[in-house]
Amino acid sequence: MHSAYMDNNATTRVDPRILETILPYFSTYYGNPSSMHSFGGDVGARLEDARASVQALLGVEHDSEIIFTSCGTESDNTAILSALAIQPGRREIITSVVEHPAILSLCDHLERHEGYKVHYIPVDRLGRISMEAYAAALSERVAVVSMMYANNETGTIFPVETMARMAKAQGVLFHTDAVQAVGKIALNLRESAIDMLSLSGHKLHAPKGVGALYVRRGTRYRPLLRGGHQERGRRAGTENTTGIIALGLAADLAVEHMAYENTMVRALRDRLEAGILAQVPYAFVNGDPEHRLPNTASISFEYIEGEAILMLLSRVGIAASSGSACTSGSLEPSHVLRAMDIPYTAAHGTIRFSLSRETTEADVDWVIAQTPPIIEQLRRLSPYWGANGPILTDNAFAPVYA
Amino acid sequence: MWDYTDKVKDYFFNPKNTGVLEEANAVGEVGSISCGDALRLMLKVDPDTDVILDARFQTFGCGSAIASSSALTELIKGKTLDEAMQITNQDIAEFLGGLPPEKMHCSVMGAEALHAAIANYRGEAWADDHEEGALVCKCFAIDSALIEKVARENHLSTVEQITFYTKAGGGCQSCHEQIEDILAAVNGSAPIPVVAAKPAAKAAPSPMTMVQKIQKISAVIDEMRPQFRMDGGDIELVDVDGDTVMVAMSGSCMNCQSSGITISGIQERLMLTLGRPVRVVPASMPQAVGV
Repeated sequence: MHSAYMDNNATTRVDPRILETILPYFSTYYGNPSSMHSFGGDVGARLEDARASVQALLGVEHDSEIIFTSCGTESDNTAILSALAIQPGRREIITSVVEHPAILSLCDHLERHEGYKVHYIPVDRLGRISMEAYAAALSERVAVVSMMYANNETGTIFPVETMARMAKAQGVLFHTDAVQAVGKIALNLRESAIDMLSLSGHKLHAPKGVGALYVRRGTRYRPLLRGGHQERGRRAGTENTTGIIALGLAADLAVEHMAYENTMVRALRDRLEAGILAQVPYAFVNGDPEHRLPNTASISFEYIEGEAILMLLSRVGIAASSGSACTSGSLEPSHVLRAMDIPYTAAHGTIRFSLSRETTEADVDWVIAQTPPIIEQLRRLSPYWGANGPILTDNAFAPVYA
Repeated sequence: MWDYTDKVKDYFFNPKNTGVLEEANAVGEVGSISCGDALRLMLKVDPDTDVILDARFQTFGCGSAIASSSALTELIKGKTLDEAMQITNQDIAEFLGGLPPEKMHCSVMGAEALHAAIANYRGEAWADDHEEGALVCKCFAIDSALIEKVARENHLSTVEQITFYTKAGGGCQSCHEQIEDILAAVNGSAPIPVVAAKPAAKAAPSPMTMVQKIQKISAVIDEMRPQFRMDGGDIELVDVDGDTVMVAMSGSCMNCQSSGITISGIQERLMLTLGRPVRVVPASMPQAVGV
């Protein structure tokens, strides 16, 4: 049976070239880069190579502006808490309603336990941020703005550069969670107004457990983890050497494949969406059609539920994820789709297919062939669905809700 | 992915009794907007005998919701309405070999649909009276709505009290921050530490006679018994040997998958009360001889 991995926004496969390169750093060159003996081999130098690679991917001016961390979440937390620590007089934060939990949970905590005021900027039906609400929230009381570069569920890209300039004009620090954007969108932070940017290795074919935070030179900074001198004292803790070396290689490969990602991967994604929508009625694509990641397809299938779709997809070898957070332990439908005002009956039935440079045409065709009958099968079980489509008028399903 | 039993998977992939039952004379429609599940249960009831001749369902929901609905139809076919009324959500979950704690609400929805359908057949009104919140305690499957309700009704202010009343937080203790947050919201104040410092525990340990010790242990177990009974089980003190406390668990507690966690909860509580380490071990109740 064919199988198709369509969950690259969750995590990617480690590129075999990367895996091969890092293996000796577990077995032969396992020394601590801070040690004075030869077991460290060239580990220290390789870490600096990796830094230069990430520098090139992001288009930043100085390699010392890159701080290696353990993940995107750590980078996000470090950025926001640092911005607050250096500006004790500013007690407000601006973010969006569709951020990743790495930002939202932290903001919620700061609001409830530390007394910060958080402005959650809303989005419209296509997931586009309200620039009016954003402009209105900016003031000299705000310590930091944190806006995601691209949304993990819908792929919608925010105009972060414009927003960063607006923040700068008011003297407000600007952070962006670019975990989904890095490697898919060409960046040139040298020319940007962005002060801090988070990225994660495992979204671009490096292993899990490594990330990075870009902090523009001249931005005041306070570390989250204090201890040793690693990362020039900005992130203590023995370096994840294999992870960092892998991230450097991943950055090189991402630069190499940037054009492919934005042409071939985009074409495959478009083919997937068109192929499914041509066969399945009452289905639609979510997100901003004008500004969207090239690899992400978020499709709502009305009147059925996402986890059931995923289980049936999984049985035919297709790995995707549900817009409904049902699978991640929470039973609420996705906060992103709800913020976009997608009705519950559609939000619950939303499936995210996320591609990568490893996705093949055969993968896409397999998904196009397998998905429609699964949707049909579940709709036959649905009380909202009749012989000829949804029952919307007489006899409409009207359950008593808890 | 959820850790579904093979039976759940089988009832999801090959559901029984699906679709519209044209001759239905009892229909129950229930749902939970937040968790996105909704179910229509259709029964054909023999008007003379009250026996459920046929049952079918349509479900909008996840894998376990579809499996629970299908399991329900299998469980009730051939039963009288009165017999069917005895079926609880636990029966549905057991029929499926268990459900993950986050998914127990699927079996609750099944039981509610049944009650709604029977009410519909009998011409009675049916109202859903249970609230549903986010799952807080994964060890004992306790959600925020229940914790809030219990805290409000009993004026509770510490995590310890919540554990005594609901069991929430008595297992791995990872959810204590969430419970503190709920308490803070209910009481409109800053969170209160998990365990208030007890001066008594710090005092020099005064020698305790065996009788005093057993009395204290017995008191703790008596205090915790109502919770066990609420869950259809019971717990009794069997013996105390030095620092080893033997307890007998019965009813649904005995086979409960979390009995290990329950025991560690009792152990924690005993150590707090006695101010010294103890070990709680399950034992069987000695049978009375010659009766």
